[in-house]
Amino acid sequence: MKYLDEYRDERIARGLAEQVAAVTTKPWVLMEICGGQTHTLMRYGIDELLPRGLELVHGPGCPVCVTPLETIDKAIQLALRPDVILVSYGDMLRVPGSSSDLFRAKAQGADVRLAYSPTEAVKIARSNPDRQVVFLAIGFETTAPANAMAAWQAKREGLTNFSMLVSHVLVPPAIRALMVSESNRVQGFIAPGHVCTVMGCGEYEDLVRDFRVPIVVGGFEPVDLLEAILMLVKQLEAGEAKLENQYVRSVSYQGNVPAQQIMKEVFEVADQKWRGIGAIPRSGLRLREEFGNFDANRVFDLGEFTVEEPAECISAQVLQGLKKPTECPVFGMRCTPENPLGAPMVSSEGACAAYYQYRRHAVVS
Amino acid sequence: MSSATKTIAELSCPAPLPAKDKVLLGHGSGGKLSAELIRDVFLPVLNNPMLARLDDQAIVNINGQRLAITTDSFVVKPLFFPGGDIGSLAVHGTVNDLAMGGATPLYLSAAFIIEEGFPMEQLRRVVDSMHRAATEAGVQVVTGDTKVVERGKGDGLFINTTGIGIAPDGLELSANRARPGDKVLLSGSIGEHGIAILAQREGLEFETTIQSDSAALHTLVAGMLEATHEIRCMRDPTRGGVSSTLNEIAQQSQVGIELEERRILVREQVRGACEMLGLDPLYVANEGKLIAIVADGAAEAVLQSMQRHPLGAEARIIGTVKEANPGLVTMRTAFGTTRIVDMLAGDQLPRIC
Repeated sequence: MKYLDEYRDERIARGLAEQVAAVTTKPWVLMEICGGQTHTLMRYGIDELLPRGLELVHGPGCPVCVTPLETIDKAIQLALRPDVILVSYGDMLRVPGSSSDLFRAKAQGADVRLAYSPTEAVKIARSNPDRQVVFLAIGFETTAPANAMAAWQAKREGLTNFSMLVSHVLVPPAIRALMVSESNRVQGFIAPGHVCTVMGCGEYEDLVRDFRVPIVVGGFEPVDLLEAILMLVKQLEAGEAKLENQYVRSVSYQGNVPAQQIMKEVFEVADQKWRGIGAIPRSGLRLREEFGNFDANRVFDLGEFTVEEPAECISAQVLQGLKKPTECPVFGMRCTPENPLGAPMVSSEGACAAYYQYRRHAVVS
Repeated sequence: MSSATKTIAELSCPAPLPAKDKVLLGHGSGGKLSAELIRDVFLPVLNNPMLARLDDQAIVNINGQRLAITTDSFVVKPLFFPGGDIGSLAVHGTVNDLAMGGATPLYLSAAFIIEEGFPMEQLRRVVDSMHRAATEAGVQVVTGDTKVVERGKGDGLFINTTGIGIAPDGLELSANRARPGDKVLLSGSIGEHGIAILAQREGLEFETTIQSDSAALHTLVAGMLEATHEIRCMRDPTRGGVSSTLNEIAQQSQVGIELEERRILVREQVRGACEMLGLDPLYVANEGKLIAIVADGAAEAVLQSMQRHPLGAEARIIGTVKEANPGLVTMRTAFGTTRIVDMLAGDQLPRIC
């Protein structure tokens, strides 16, 4: 398949891995931000191809994982109302809130529907004028334009039965939060290619300058990741800190400007809680006042409440790259994808779930 | 009770999820939840040695004659899809479950649960299709049942078929018979049925020309059994795909199964659709493929027999049964690294990005 096979080519990948080994003289700690990248690393065993001492730690870029428990509880609460159709991306359905998940709500009679695109939710609202349709709008900058488009479209059509439960997170403030943390170990970042396809590279310049940390925008296939790792190690070995773009076939410096415009028109930057990490200032998006009628929090008067994560979950350390999932005492024992105790185990893109899915034999044997 | 009034104790831990008081869709997915349902609800109550084998069919001995019995219900949506419909599927599915026990399928029953208002023309098309499929497979529908449920109490049409066939003497096929050194054979490319169905589903607006692989496999099996009786186990990887089937075998035989990624054939269009939807073809359903676990020495003969049959022309040895990692399926990736091929909890869910 074009644009895939060449990026999964074993020969090219091995060649890159050899180059990485050849240029690496010291131990380095790199972080890939996106859960999709973590997934690829585990699936193809890329870390096994790297020289000893070159450590990859896994970042917080799994949108499903970092969606706060409170948002999931609200979604379940809404879904259980007889007048509501709750529409969600597929992998949110199994994510546990504090006492249930959307699949269980569905079994209790809730009308929960899976969509591939938020515009499907608008379509459902249009054809069910007597029901309230709520879209669970989560994600990073990648899904924000499409989610914004849904609100924009609903407003233009004057729909009064459509709203969104928004939980949007932004990558650059999360990197900043990691870098200012006293316990930070990360020396170079692979920035998320899909986020940068939308946002461009520019907003990472400040991070590179402020923290003198190399950042390479990377893709999602094995060859992409190995190339990004090579670019980072070369910079680190040379004592450089630059912003580079490995994922040139998708990411331009400016990004997708019309997509950014619709995001800005519909959303504004706000403080945001991340599941497993906590609150990060100005790290999320909320609907602007002009779109307040489409905010499910207002439409349904959901109120605010706080839910605590189980104390034994070490997800905060995993999501900051301080610990590997397998260092958690309950990994694979009391915490599994079926019964996750915390954020990184809930979605297949979460770091703990990726280790569990692809690597637990290494732990067992 | 609103979440705001919950006590801290109730809120402090999101898992384990509360008592399993409701059946979830995932309980029908063929994954871990299905296995749990069978283990916790059905087996303890209905238990007997034949059921406990948990094979696709039971082999019973009646007056010295070994008979294979199986049953399957079909709830596919849409009812008509490229490469088949619920009628042909109901024949192929049950014929295949018999064939996986090495049996020659003979007779089927067919039970129809029809929703009030269902178009008669569609029902006729389904019955015609069943007839064609049965005739081609050399089986007869010899008894049946019809129930009509009120509008809104069914989903158009459900069909159950039960089949019986004759099982050859001296042949013991079961998922608990895989042994280290055995080879894993797969009869062709994977994922076509699942993707053909998904492509037709409401709300998924992408076009493909992928056809379901729905087919009756018993003549393919007959050829394999002519080659050797050194086959340990056969399964058709339907719901949950190749991964779930192999995980079941690994668990029931307490062996490890190691697959070679590059040996597993996935059509370009299926790969494309899976990439787009964030699915893994190893978990996508097939309706005309089989997996056989064969003793090392007989594997080549079985493979050649399969390749002579049109439904096995692309058959390959895709892996080996190992002593290491009992109960787990692992895969040697194209990069020479190893990963687990896990059994899913429920249905495979499309990823957000």
